[in-house]
Amino acid sequence: MGYSGFRVIKEGLFGQKGWKPVWRDPEPKAEYDAIIIGGGGHGLSTAFYLAKEHGMTNIAVLEKGYIGGGNVGRNTTIVRANYFLPGNSEFYSYSLKMWEGMERDLNYNVMHSQRGLINLFHSDGQRDAFARRGNAMINQGDDAILLDRDGVREHLPYLDFDNVRFPIYGGLYHPRGGTARHDAVAWGYARGADQRGVDIIQNCEVTGIDIEGGVVKGVQTTRGAIKAKKVGMVVAGRSGQVAEMAGMRLPIESHVLQAFVTEGLKPIIDHVVSFGMGHFYISQSDKGGLVFGGDIDFYASYAARGNLPMKEHVMDAAMTLMPVIGKAKVLRSWGGIMDMTPDGSPIIDKTPTEGLFIDCGWCYGGFKAVPGSGFSFAHLMATGNHHEPAAKFRLDRFRSGVGLMDEEGTGSQHNLH
Amino acid sequence: MRITCPNCGTRDRREFYYQGDAIAVHRPDVDAGLDAWDDYLHNRDNPAGETQDLWFHEAGCGAWVVVTRSTVTHHVQDAVLAEKVKR
Repeated sequence: MGYSGFRVIKEGLFGQKGWKPVWRDPEPKAEYDAIIIGGGGHGLSTAFYLAKEHGMTNIAVLEKGYIGGGNVGRNTTIVRANYFLPGNSEFYSYSLKMWEGMERDLNYNVMHSQRGLINLFHSDGQRDAFARRGNAMINQGDDAILLDRDGVREHLPYLDFDNVRFPIYGGLYHPRGGTARHDAVAWGYARGADQRGVDIIQNCEVTGIDIEGGVVKGVQTTRGAIKAKKVGMVVAGRSGQVAEMAGMRLPIESHVLQAFVTEGLKPIIDHVVSFGMGHFYISQSDKGGLVFGGDIDFYASYAARGNLPMKEHVMDAAMTLMPVIGKAKVLRSWGGIMDMTPDGSPIIDKTPTEGLFIDCGWCYGGFKAVPGSGFSFAHLMATGNHHEPAAKFRLDRFRSGVGLMDEEGTGSQHNLH
Repeated sequence: MRITCPNCGTRDRREFYYQGDAIAVHRPDVDAGLDAWDDYLHNRDNPAGETQDLWFHEAGCGAWVVVTRSTVTHHVQDAVLAEKVKR
């Protein structure tokens, strides 16, 4: 089913009654060429690119709940490419370019809004660090502008520039950074994959992975056994449980990251603003709600909700940076399950089992990676070769110590990211 | 979340620093080999359910505490001094 301006007007005139479901609800077949475990953003985009780029259409996405019900529908929707280290830098640069063509690729409005992202700094040392990061971004071919205090004031006049503890010295401006409508990304990829023949099977939980002689043969599910020559695990926070079915222990701890949204307000925050000293970031959704969050709670958790200390911390940081929002009422808060790796960078790799692949470890940064991760993982699953922009996301880097990507520079250790 | 320190009783989570999985108290021998050290430093069971992790009562008595709790509900079931858990 195509979308057009004409169609939108026509449906508007007739009570929106002409819209039909845009993906099928098929029964699982007995066998597929490939199975993707996990119908989140990364799993759906993997299926889409397997079909589109590699002609693999006899494939299925197995989702234990409903598509878009996991982290892809629970994040703060930020899209950016302001990474520093080799490995991350080229991957996120590639992923951002894919975002810029996504709506045309999918013929679907994901409301990708390149409203600009500003990372604030509050000391001379931090300015130097951000100048260096900005140079790395420019060398990668992306955009970065170092703003002084007045430059920040032009964009963000509502900040508390003279805060006693964290006076604002300037900011690193990344104009191509921004936000997107997170649910629409899942829906757009689901629709595109379905149109190319991919079976999206919801309410289908994988309960076992069949392996014979070191080769993957298929999966057991709550809707019966399904054979497959290739299986990709793309299950984010649940990676530990799914990998265990294949006899693997992963370098991953699942943590809770909280996010918050206020009641709808008139437009005030035009950018994505990041206040690293308070582990705080904020943007305003098109509905008007202020969407913001902080750091992880820092303990292993699958609760999908956090505790009060981090809530207090985030509110403190908000009031430090922009007291102007103090009277906004928080509408709701929630938590996502983050698959944290020791160095804070992801994994797209083969596993010791032939035909079994893994895409995980996106920590708290998976949303912006959705197109790049799907494209690179599809490339790996289809060809057996690593896709160049994601070639450094190796599973064995922790064991070997070679190729670690510790973007924060805090150390490659579980409790530090 | 409140954690029951064996020395101090039930205290707010803010008083504790989280180290991670309680595997931390079972450090392998220096020459135990690459697999043992990889498992100790990186690989995790990462259970959805009961887990044991190591917390430091930083703003309290200064004890290292092995806490048994649920990662799904955050319910703390038990906490013992790490020195009593260490093999």
